[in-house]
Amino acid sequence: MLEIQEIKKVFNPNTVNQKVALQNLSLTLNDGDFVTVIGGNGAGKSTMLNAVAGVFPVDEGKILIDGSDVTRLPEYRRAAYIGRVFQDPMMGTAANMGIEENLALALRRGQSRTLRWGITAKERERYRELLATLDLGLEQRLTSKVGLLSGGQRQALTLLMATLKKPKLLLLDEHTAALDPKTAAKVLETTEKLVTRDQLTTLMITHNMKDAIAHGNRLIMMFEGRVIIDVAGEEKKKLTVETLLSMFGKASGSDEADDAMLLS
Amino acid sequence: MPLNPLDLIAQMPGAVSQGLIWGIMAIGVFITFKILNIADLTVDGSFCTGGAVCVMMLLNGHHIAVAMLCAFIAGLLAGAATGFFHTFCGISAILAGILTQLALWSVNLAIMGRANQSINVNNFDLLVSLRYLQEVIKGVRPFYWSPILVVGVFLVLIIGLLYWFFGTELGSAVRATGANLNMARAQGINTAANTVLGLMLSNGLVALSGAILAQYSGFADINMGRGAIVIGLAAVIIGEVVFARIFRNFGLRLLGVAFGAVIYYVVIQAVLWLRLDPNHLKLLSALVVAMFLAVPFWREKYFSKSLLTKKGGAGHA
Repeated sequence: MLEIQEIKKVFNPNTVNQKVALQNLSLTLNDGDFVTVIGGNGAGKSTMLNAVAGVFPVDEGKILIDGSDVTRLPEYRRAAYIGRVFQDPMMGTAANMGIEENLALALRRGQSRTLRWGITAKERERYRELLATLDLGLEQRLTSKVGLLSGGQRQALTLLMATLKKPKLLLLDEHTAALDPKTAAKVLETTEKLVTRDQLTTLMITHNMKDAIAHGNRLIMMFEGRVIIDVAGEEKKKLTVETLLSMFGKASGSDEADDAMLLS
Repeated sequence: MPLNPLDLIAQMPGAVSQGLIWGIMAIGVFITFKILNIADLTVDGSFCTGGAVCVMMLLNGHHIAVAMLCAFIAGLLAGAATGFFHTFCGISAILAGILTQLALWSVNLAIMGRANQSINVNNFDLLVSLRYLQEVIKGVRPFYWSPILVVGVFLVLIIGLLYWFFGTELGSAVRATGANLNMARAQGINTAANTVLGLMLSNGLVALSGAILAQYSGFADINMGRGAIVIGLAAVIIGEVVFARIFRNFGLRLLGVAFGAVIYYVVIQAVLWLRLDPNHLKLLSALVVAMFLAVPFWREKYFSKSLLTKKGGAGHA
């Protein structure tokens, strides 16, 4: 479904701040793969996701979604294939627009926007039903401004928006990192539910190794702009935090691997 | 000489007419300032462009409707120029507006051929004119010729159209672009194109307002748009502050902005009646707008603590 071929990204080239963020990174996701991504600060996790989403162009390499080359497509055109949830709850929704208006915008992802009315009575019913499944009471507040919602509510809504029109690829960039543990667990549960329901091909970055192990059918670890560990299936199910850490030590050639380094 | 309240009352119809005309302009400013979240300074130029195009078209024998339509289109083009500078050339919105505004100075002079062009009310069939207002008040012209009524109807039509447009898929995309660029792009909205569209629509309305004001006063002048952005902002802010509690609906908010322009002109008229030197007006306007813009900032900065203790923990689900 997603093919990343040898992509390279250098920030601030030819300056003292030069930073190689992605180093000939390659990764292939099969249809329905739910991949969790872990790695330390600056490992290139978010850069990879943003490169796939088209936030910036890559210096080298190719990105294919469902067989079509999107490397040169601008962000808004790639959105036709991709649903996204950001780390910052403020980023994924329009605060001064209503809940239903945000959903209506998301329903039309990848379609040209016409002079037809922006929201219909029929889709409003559907929104009400979908919001009810979140179990946050949002179905009673269709016209409330999203700015009035809590961070957790906003992330749950953003998740709903990202999956409202079934995406070929779902990108989750530490989408629970800014939430308190209880809310984070709830949003993760919703994530699991939506991904399973629609068999979504998903890339989920997390800073929590336990979550990375508990969710998805495949786990990758990044280090210095590359994928250094890639486990799937039965092998992944047997993973523990300890084995992960020792794997990281071997793969990165460093024996100082500890929680602090990975979780920072 | 003592102040005569009757003088002030006599000046009110004129003030309200002017206020309504500037109300159309203020709605244009509302689109950029409130919806797109951009302070667009193009308007100082495009306001005059509208007046200049309208007057020159009339002088060349075109019908008033054609003249006003062309003024609107000229405004669309001015907005497109700023949009081009901003989105395609990556120039900050404020600077892009200033560049277009500067360029329009030359364009406006080229349109008019000189700094001022006037039209004789007797020779043209106009939509609105100060003369018509005076004649209606004297009773020699039926009431429906009153600029207050004509511009008022015009305003309601414009608000109706905008209400419809911003409710459509396309209009919602423009609103999303102004509300959150990241979210808009993630939802597949071409934010550059929508920014340009918003700027065009805004400046089209501003130019239309300029066209109506030029008819009303009987001339177009190269300086007629100077400081227009401040008047527009004043109207937007006054409209939002005064009517915030009663006008929640989008259409009513636009109406509130138009009323804001009327309030602004009524206050200006009152200040002039108090014998303030007209040369000091712009200083006063600038200070008033600065005050209103500062209030939300101060509120945030100096009163946010009490807010935190009141709503502690509101950030969690």
